[in-house]
This record gives sequence, C-alpha cells and structure tokens, in this order.
Amino acid sequence: MIGEIRSALRIGFALIEQPFDRLFGPALNPLAQLGALGFFFFWIVAVSGIYLFIFFDTGIERAYQSVEYLTRDQWFHAGVMRSFHRYASDLMVVMVATHLLREFAHDRYRGVRWYSWFTGLPIIWLLYASGITGYWLVWDKLAQYVAVVSSELLDWLPIFGEPIARNFIATGTLTSRFFSLMVFMHIAVPLFLLFIMWVHILRISRPRVNPPRALALMSLAALVAVSIWKPALSQGPADLAVVPSPVGLDWFFLPLYPLTNIWSNGTVWALLGAFSLMIGLMPWLPPLRRAKAAEIDLAHCNGCTRCAEDCPYEAIRMVARTDGMPFPTQAEVNPSLCVSCGICVGACPSSTPFRRTQDLRTGIDLPEFSLKELRERVVEAAGRLDGPGRVLVLACEHGGGAGRLAGTVVMPCVAMAPPSLIDFILSRDLADGVAVAGCAESACYNRLGIKWTEQRFAGERDPYLRARVPRERIALIWASALAASRVEAEIAGFAARLATLSPKRLRSPLPVSASSRPARVRVPAKPGSGP
Amino acid sequence: MSRTLRLAGGFIVIAALFAAVAWLSDRPVYRQLPEGSAVMMLTFVHGADRRGECRKLSPEEIAKLPPNMRRVQDCPRGRRPIYVELDVDGRNLYRASLPPTGIAGDGPSRVYQRFVLPARKYDVAVRMRDTARSEGFDHERHEAVEVAPDQLFVIDYRPESGGFIFR
Repeated sequence: MIGEIRSALRIGFALIEQPFDRLFGPALNPLAQLGALGFFFFWIVAVSGIYLFIFFDTGIERAYQSVEYLTRDQWFHAGVMRSFHRYASDLMVVMVATHLLREFAHDRYRGVRWYSWFTGLPIIWLLYASGITGYWLVWDKLAQYVAVVSSELLDWLPIFGEPIARNFIATGTLTSRFFSLMVFMHIAVPLFLLFIMWVHILRISRPRVNPPRALALMSLAALVAVSIWKPALSQGPADLAVVPSPVGLDWFFLPLYPLTNIWSNGTVWALLGAFSLMIGLMPWLPPLRRAKAAEIDLAHCNGCTRCAEDCPYEAIRMVARTDGMPFPTQAEVNPSLCVSCGICVGACPSSTPFRRTQDLRTGIDLPEFSLKELRERVVEAAGRLDGPGRVLVLACEHGGGAGRLAGTVVMPCVAMAPPSLIDFILSRDLADGVAVAGCAESACYNRLGIKWTEQRFAGERDPYLRARVPRERIALIWASALAASRVEAEIAGFAARLATLSPKRLRSPLPVSASSRPARVRVPAKPGSGP
Repeated sequence: MSRTLRLAGGFIVIAALFAAVAWLSDRPVYRQLPEGSAVMMLTFVHGADRRGECRKLSPEEIAKLPPNMRRVQDCPRGRRPIYVELDVDGRNLYRASLPPTGIAGDGPSRVYQRFVLPARKYDVAVRMRDTARSEGFDHERHEAVEVAPDQLFVIDYRPESGGFIFR
C-alpha cells in the first residue's frame, strides 16, 4: 500500500520535474532545491520580520494601527516587507510540504535517513506555531479568529487553569501585556525553529542551505512582483463583540481551523496527533532492508581522505592510524550512517580494476557488492556485447537504465564506479564506449553521485579520469526510472555514433590478465533484424 | 533555448506559483457563521462552596499543629460541582454539572459553550447552583435580549458585578 502511494507520487514528481529540468536546467530546478529554498524563505521572513518590528507597536489599541500605518502610509518599503513576511512564510510551508512528499516518493526517509525525516516533524510544528503566533499580532479580524480558535484548541488540553479563550470574550478582558507575550513567542519560536533546522541537516554532508544565486534572484524578483500586485492587507480591526465572519483564511497555515467548527477540538487534536505519529513512525513502516555498511581495508588505505570528502552522509571520518603504517590517519566508517551507496569505493585511489592481484582489494569496499564483483560483472557484461558500436552501460539502480539487461551493470550509484573502470573498459577493448546512466540530474538518489561523477570525469575532482581516455566514447545519461525509453534512445544514438568513430588507439601497457579477459558470447541476432 | 529565454520562462513560472500562493493566503474566504446568525456564549469561571462545613479547631488541636501551620478552622479542600442551566425562549439549551478543576478538586468550575442561533430577540434565562442545596438555584437571571447578526452575545458570571451579566 505504502509502496503504491510512493510509486504514484514518484510518477507525479517525475512528470513535473522533467519539464522543469528542461525549463530551468537541472541546476536551477526548484524541485531539486526545496530544502535550500526553505532556508532561503526562512531568512526572508527573518529579515522582513526584523524590519517590521521597527514599526510595530505592541499596545492593544496601537497594534492594528501600527500595522495599518506601515501597510498604507509606508507601503513602498514596509508594506512590501509585510507582503514578503507573509508570502515567504506561506512559501516556506509549500517548500516543507513538497520536500516531505518528494523525500517520501523517492524513499529517502528510511534506513539511516530516519534521522533527517524524524527531525523534520518538529520543524512542521514549529513552523506552524511561528506562523500562527504571527497572525495574532496584526489584531485584525483574522487575528481575532485565529486567537479565539487557537485558544479554544489549547483550552481543550488540560494545561491551563482558566480558559485562555475567555481573554477574547470582551474588549476589557484583553491587555497590552498579551501582545508583548505574543511578540516574545513570535521571536522565540522561529529561533527554536532555526535551531531544529540546523539539527535536521546535521547528518548530511554538504547540505544545500542556499539555493543557486540565479534561482534566489528569480524568487526574490517574483516576491517583489507579487507583493506589489497583491500586497498583504489587514481585514479590518478586531472587535470582540462581533464574530469575525466571513474571514479571509491563510489556507497554508490555517487549513485545519475550519474543522473546529465541524468536529470537536479533541478530534482535531487526535487528527494532529495521528498525523505526527504516522510521520514519526514512517521510517520503520516497514523498515528498509539495509545492505552491509562499507568496510575499510587498512592494508590498502593510505588515509588520503577522498572517501570521507565524497561521502554524502558524513558516514566516514578520518581517525588516527592504528596499524603502524606510516600515514597519519585512516578512514573509519560509522555503520549507522552508511547507506552503502558505494560512492566511497569510486573515490578510493586504490579502487583500480587494473590491479592484477588475484583477489582485487581496495581501501574501502562494499561487503555485498565489492569492487572485484563489479569488475567481474563488467567483464561478463562486456562478453555479451557484439557488433559495431558496442556500448557497456554502467547504470544506477535508481535511474532510467536500471531495468536494462544486455550489456548493463547496475550498481547502487554510478559514482561507485571509479574513473579507472572506464579506462579499464576502453583500454581492454571490452566495449567501444561506456554509457553512465544515473538518476535524473535534479533527483540524484544519493545526493552527490551525479556531481562527483561529472567532476571526476572532467578532471576537477580526485580520482580523475585519465586524459588518455577518449571522451567521445563516454556518454553521461541522467534520467529518472520513468524515462527508460529516453535512456534507450540515447544509448542507441551513442552506439550509432561509436560505430562511425575510427578504431580506438588506447591500449593498456600491461598484458591482459585472465580475470579481465572477456568471454566472448555471441548474442544471436533477432529474426529479421539483420540483412 | 537560450539562457535568457530560459531564465525569463523560469521567472514567469515562479511568479505564477508565488501569485497562486499569495491568492491562497486569504482566499477563498471562510464563513464560520451562516448569514444572519449570531453566537450566544455561556462562559464563566467560578468556584462553588467547599464540599463540607468548616470545623473550628479546639485550642488543643491547634497546639498540636506545627507552629507554621496553625489555623483556627479545618476546612475540606474539595469544592462542590456547579450546576448550571441555560434556557432560550423556554427551551433548554444547556444543562450541566460542572466539576471543580484541579487534581484535588479544589479549583473553580469552568464553562465555555458556544451556541449558534439566528439573530433575533430571545427570552434568555440562566440559573446556577453553587452551594449544598439540592433544589432551587443560588444565582439566576432572566431577560429578553436582542441579538444582532454576527454578534457575540456573552453570558458571564461575575460575583463582583452582582452575578450573571449579559453583554
């Protein structure tokens, strides 16, 4: 059931992501920047809130008037800032909700990723608490409605001796001290929210907390445009003798408030409790079957730090050497953080398939899918290739090439393949070209796999792809699992291009070992496919 | 597609999304009351009498108490529940026995009830019993009131104001 919902959502996201990728480009696709945009909107809310506080008066009479003054008389700066404050808050809710759904759709919330998912839950609560306390401060009709319904909800809990909602039954019952308290809460809760946002990304390497500059500028420009087109306005002063109806609700922050009119407050709390419980337990419903964590082989580790640098999950750290080898450090894997993506294997300079040892070993390896096994699968898959334009596909198990059978080696992440593997394939003439087929560029399952692969191949990141490797014989294909047909088309096009290239002049200086010699298996031609 | 065109297209999409968000930030409007209706609210916080009578302590009993805890009377801590009734146009709208709050049952009883009614003139009667009596009422108010559309008509109990107040 959960799997079906996930699949449906994944299809939905892919349908939006593909045109967004084309329009914005993968680097600027907002769907790939949801977390960063969430942080970005938080800072806009914080800065605009500090600006608005200059004009805000916490007195019971003056609160509404001061907000009206900044909205009407000072509309060109303070009024725009008010709109920024409101719309950026709403956009933060949109970012958080979409981020949550997307991580769920891509199954990036179970296993070791439970921590980020779980710490997202208090972010939701604190975000709503921040927004709702902010609405009280304006002290217009909406503020009155929010104050009354929030108080009635809180009064349902057996916490307060006297019902808070009784503060709002008559004008004389409310004092200016109440606004001072609300201002304090409206500052304290977002500060705590920021702290939890930091906790949320603690276990992630290189978290994206700033969107690309172009996307940030576009968002800022769009906010200015929308703030001028539809400025955030008050809805008339609060009057406790009159029920505020009708009232323009903020449907991002207050979608549950009308339910209190239909259900009891207890039922609304039960709904919120059930939602929180469900979100909190989801990483274990059912738990993810975890592959064994990466393991260090100290005999092949010189403490170069590349694996620790490349790990997207902060699962590897460098510690003092323990085996007496003349290196200051060695890598250490924290199994509770390792997702077994294999990116560290691809980063290790010892991971070279050219090694002629009988039992191919490297400094860091996956126990359930070792580098040796990867080399064996490559050689085996290459043996099945035939004809002109032989393409060996190295595919990510989450991308569009994962479902291929012929000439394909599937791995947890394409960045598991060390660049020397490409060199190996081409220099040993295992194939005429190598297609690396990973996830969609804006939805890399293991966060940094695509980035590291591109940088390694471009010679911008260790370990480099050697200069002698002809780049025209490498194709990088980034496509989601739903774009399998596009992957096939690109591979076919690549094979056709390869067939027109002159023969490779790339040979390993070393003699070919038995383990790297492909067993040629001729694939029978399909009936009618040949002349 | 050139970079400029892509950026322009991206900006239009983002601006459209933000515009939709801005629209949803106060639209569609929500009406919590049917048109022409009002809210009648019965709410008060009031402590009933203690469950039992206070007993005067004898000098010997007072002497036995620690010096800092000596008192002349021994009163039971718990309070009685409050019984309240609200009738509108002779029809009973609310009737409840309100228990005292607090773990020891020594806090005031409280009520907070909203009733949505059509806006018009009503004959409102509210009664409350907060003593040991089992029949009759200790506080009562009966009055004809005119309730306007969208009005919040509050029935409160303030002993310092002489009992039930309508506002």
